[in-house]
Amino acid sequence: MRRFVLIAIPYVWLLALFLVPFAIVLKIALSDAAIARPPYFPQFDWAEGIAAFIAELDFENFVWLTEDDLYWKAYLSSLKIAVISTFFTLLAGYPIAYGMARAPEEWRPSLMMLVILPFWTSFLIRVYAWMGILSNEGFLNQFLMWIGVISEPLTILNTNSAVYIGIVYTYLPFMILPVYSALERLDGSLIEAAEDLGCSRLTAFWLVTIPLSKTGIIAGSFLVFIPVLGEFVIPSLLGGSDTLMIGKVLWEEFFSNRDWPVASAVAVVLLLLLVIPIVLFQRNQQKQQEAEQ
Amino acid sequence: MNRMSWFNAVSLTLGFAFLYIPMVILVIFSFNESKLVTVWAGFSTKWYVELLQNEAFLNAAWVTIKVAVFSSTMATVLGTIAAYVLVRGGRFMGRTLFSGMIYAPLVMPEVITGLSLLLLFIGIGLDRGVFTIVLAHTTFAMCYVSVVVSSRLVTFDRSLEEAALDLGCSPAEAFRLVTLPIIAPAVISGWLLAFTLSLDDLVIASFTSGPSATTLPIKIFSAVRLGVSPEINALSTIMISIVTVGVITASLVTKHQVARQKREEQAAERA
Repeated sequence: MRRFVLIAIPYVWLLALFLVPFAIVLKIALSDAAIARPPYFPQFDWAEGIAAFIAELDFENFVWLTEDDLYWKAYLSSLKIAVISTFFTLLAGYPIAYGMARAPEEWRPSLMMLVILPFWTSFLIRVYAWMGILSNEGFLNQFLMWIGVISEPLTILNTNSAVYIGIVYTYLPFMILPVYSALERLDGSLIEAAEDLGCSRLTAFWLVTIPLSKTGIIAGSFLVFIPVLGEFVIPSLLGGSDTLMIGKVLWEEFFSNRDWPVASAVAVVLLLLLVIPIVLFQRNQQKQQEAEQ
Repeated sequence: MNRMSWFNAVSLTLGFAFLYIPMVILVIFSFNESKLVTVWAGFSTKWYVELLQNEAFLNAAWVTIKVAVFSSTMATVLGTIAAYVLVRGGRFMGRTLFSGMIYAPLVMPEVITGLSLLLLFIGIGLDRGVFTIVLAHTTFAMCYVSVVVSSRLVTFDRSLEEAALDLGCSPAEAFRLVTLPIIAPAVISGWLLAFTLSLDDLVIASFTSGPSATTLPIKIFSAVRLGVSPEINALSTIMISIVTVGVITASLVTKHQVARQKREEQAAERA
């Protein structure tokens, strides 16, 4: 009996506040846009039964999503931004993780803390910090003009470049930590062996270090890619009006246009888009766990 | 390896410069005399004074702290129970669904979590305010807590619990006297994680809050949308210092505890 109560408490909580809300999103996404004009109050008439529910289904909102090319563009551009920024995060994060794994052992805990500290700091503040750096009269332009690289300030804030910089900056710890933990376990004698057998340092790195840190690279890439796909804060603060990301579209559809059925349909499609990377990520983690055992 | 190669030294220096320079600039310019955030005009603490007189910010900070304390405490209780049920509960009906519901919120985009909870609250006619934000934060934070706690539960030696049961403890006593003290560090770090997640959250809070409850991130976001302002820099500096002090203290305490544990173990071995 006690066991039943113990299981029931978190179970019921999650059913009520995670699964049911999600079912409502699905229902509204499938309901008629015309009656659903704001404010939309979902009707819970379970009594009607499932047959009536199915009869009511209406894919109009999804059809509409495919017809309006704003949504296509937003999905494609989210994917593009997520792929490119994951790549740059890897490019920036790998050398840092590598340097940490090769640092003297007594330094490593402090270096780890330096990576984790920004993670505990407010996300919003870290994005805000870049607004002052990237603006036209910001520090980056002041610095570049001072060293004489440019004579006119560059427009970076409110463009996609600012979004990339912001994403790389805020998600860097998510990349560094898994790559570092893979590199730290790497047996240094393997690289020595490769070098003894005639590999140059670069070939040894390419043929030994990279393949052995593959699990870390994959885990880090997913940890960056998955949340970036639904990102809202970075594109809305650093991006411009032409920065299309699906998280931002959903927000505006909901708060500015007050079109709830379409916002819900956008949410459902975003989730479908996320299923593939999430399943792949799960697989990778499982494989890694099995390899460790 | 004792000496670092120049490549590693350079990549570490550049990497940490990239991570920290933006925050250092932010902190420095919170002490700027001028209203312009990018031109230095002399040292001043007037933005801090203005911030402390700004009632809207103070109210928002108070709401945020209230929400964070309540939601992280509830999330810790629920998350710990969920972790215990997942690791020790054995098989029960719908276990797969349960573990799915624990892991799904971790990867769910915040805009979707926020939207779905808002639609629920409107559907059942709940007025949006502090209470609904607490409910929303508890729900997503409990999943993080349960992941942290269950990773500790998996590694801990079950025979200790069994010994307590054999020696006449009731299951509740065994949990309180044996299990809880052992998993306590994980429970505490789960609480801290839940607390910072709640402090930091903008998206879910925006969806689930009403006009009566504005949290600090919502306030910051609406101020920042209009551009940079030295008051926000001052506020950021305060938040960054609190986090820095907190994280450093926590790591020193853990270090101290680990050292003490080692000493005790060595003493036990000698005896």
